[in-house]
Amino acid sequence: MLLALKDVNTYYGQIHILQGVSLDVAEGELVCLLGGNASGKSTTLKTILGLVAPRSGSVVFDGEDVTRASTSRRIERGMAIVPENRRLFSPMTVTENLEMGAYRRSGDLRAAFERVYDLFPLLADRRSQLAGTMSGGEQQMVAVGRALMSEPRLLLMDEPSMGLAPILVERSFEIIQAVHEAGVAVLVVEQNANMALSVADRGYVLQTGRIALTDRADALRENDDLRKAYLGR
Amino acid sequence: MEFFVQQLVNGLTLGSVYALIALGYSMVYGILKLLNFAHGEVYMVGAFIGYGVLTMAGGAADPVLPAAVLVPLMFLAAMIGSGLLGVAIERFAYRPLRDAPRIAPLISAVGVSFFLQAAALLLFTARIRNYDTPELIPFSVGVEVGPLRISLVRILVIVTAVVLMVALTLLVSRTRLGKAMRATAYDREAAAMMGIDTDRVIAATFFIGSVLAGAAGVMIGLVFSRVFHFMGFLAGLKGFTAAVVGGIGNIPGAMVGGLLIGLAEAYAAAYLSSRFSELVVFTILIGVMLVRPSGLFGTPALQKV
Ligand SMILES: Nc1ncnc2c1ncn2[C@@H]1O[C@H](COP(=O)(O)OP(=O)(O)OP(=O)(O)O)[C@@H](O)[C@H]1O
Ligand SMILES: [Mg+2]
Repeated sequence: MLLALKDVNTYYGQIHILQGVSLDVAEGELVCLLGGNASGKSTTLKTILGLVAPRSGSVVFDGEDVTRASTSRRIERGMAIVPENRRLFSPMTVTENLEMGAYRRSGDLRAAFERVYDLFPLLADRRSQLAGTMSGGEQQMVAVGRALMSEPRLLLMDEPSMGLAPILVERSFEIIQAVHEAGVAVLVVEQNANMALSVADRGYVLQTGRIALTDRADALRENDDLRKAYLGR
Repeated sequence: MEFFVQQLVNGLTLGSVYALIALGYSMVYGILKLLNFAHGEVYMVGAFIGYGVLTMAGGAADPVLPAAVLVPLMFLAAMIGSGLLGVAIERFAYRPLRDAPRIAPLISAVGVSFFLQAAALLLFTARIRNYDTPELIPFSVGVEVGPLRISLVRILVIVTAVVLMVALTLLVSRTRLGKAMRATAYDREAAAMMGIDTDRVIAATFFIGSVLAGAAGVMIGLVFSRVFHFMGFLAGLKGFTAAVVGGIGNIPGAMVGGLLIGLAEAYAAAYLSSRFSELVVFTILIGVMLVRPSGLFGTPALQKV
């Protein structure tokens, strides 16, 4: 397994958010994490990345127990994130945003830039535009490009389709698939369960901080409970 | 006319010093949204370190080193010493309160300010120390510009300040650290998500801002010669005013604000009375705040989308 969470309990102060979450992602796999508002999806990603520390349980990445490791360390080891709401550095240029994605890498970044520009040719023309002045769809490209600059082995994505027009939602899932096909493992958090399950290999359903359900994506699509709760049909 | 130009030089000298102090306020505010009230004391300590080096080298009248070596040495020691002091203040007085309500680090800042003033009073007494610069670099040495002579010391101060500000601008706009500083200032959590060690970036910001304050301390020592434990109060207040006038958190704003305050003070002292200089400085502050509450270069507080 590339990533394995074992019985993770995460708190914000006294509030018990993640209650014994276990989850794993294999090398090159595309896994989705579904769940309603405030079910703890973002907290799961933050725990994986080390932005919040779990009170108990373990996070193992690529054979290394990183439960107590810094975020910098985890990124050096091959994690990257497209945060919820993208969180671009608005007053900085596209190039500078991409550079920040490669912050933990030393040496020549030209190849990394080329790969991002191949995936998003538009960004090559907008290198010196301030990220904050871009449209939602364009910002999405910068956010994904920024995460890819570190050439991660595991890409975490927190609701990439949020706030995008339907056509851009589809485009955004095409990008996820393209990244996946390039051999990068992806853990994508989504409320758009239909869309997520159509591209994912496997899925987890989080309910108030617990994994309520996990299965192959095609099986989850046929699951009655899930259909009632999330798929709206 | 001559008098007017002479005041211009005075104003630029003072303004350089205020600009350097203002930069530290602005940078720290930009990254932590904290008013570092101890910043004036960092400047005071820089002035004392410069004085210490000068004294150890035998004093201005009889230095064991030529002025061309001694003065850079004073700057270097003061800048490094102040820089390290700034880092220590952040580490021990602000970092433990990072997640506390915003008033807590503010009170801590006031505490550090009093602490450093009291420490300087204990160590150096209330006696006003003199750099006695004219004995080191006679004020008569200078450049003739028409009927006007600009003393070498003032040229040195203005040029050094310009060099430092250009260096800072390049650092912030071009280097990896500078970009990380901007990213961290804009969104600390997002910066951390990119693997930026934000604690180190914040420490570096304090170091750089304090280095500039240390340099400003030596400059004031060289030009006005008066070094004492309470000197950081008014200079800090004016540096802070300059930062606010320019738009706090904004680097070019701090530079322009500093020059503006320096010039205003020089001309007020020359044409009105030195007793009015403070009045004019703070009138400018109030005036700018009324017309542009976010400062000359500040962008009106915009909503993060
Ligand atoms: N920094 C914080 N401090 C305290 N509570 C928090 C913090 N961040 C999140 N929470 C709480 O933790 C719970 C889970 O939040 P989380 O952001 O993980 O949910 P989510 O599943 O990502 O929701 P959404 O779909 O709305 O993004 C929520 O009740 C939230 O209010
Ligand atoms: Mg969320």
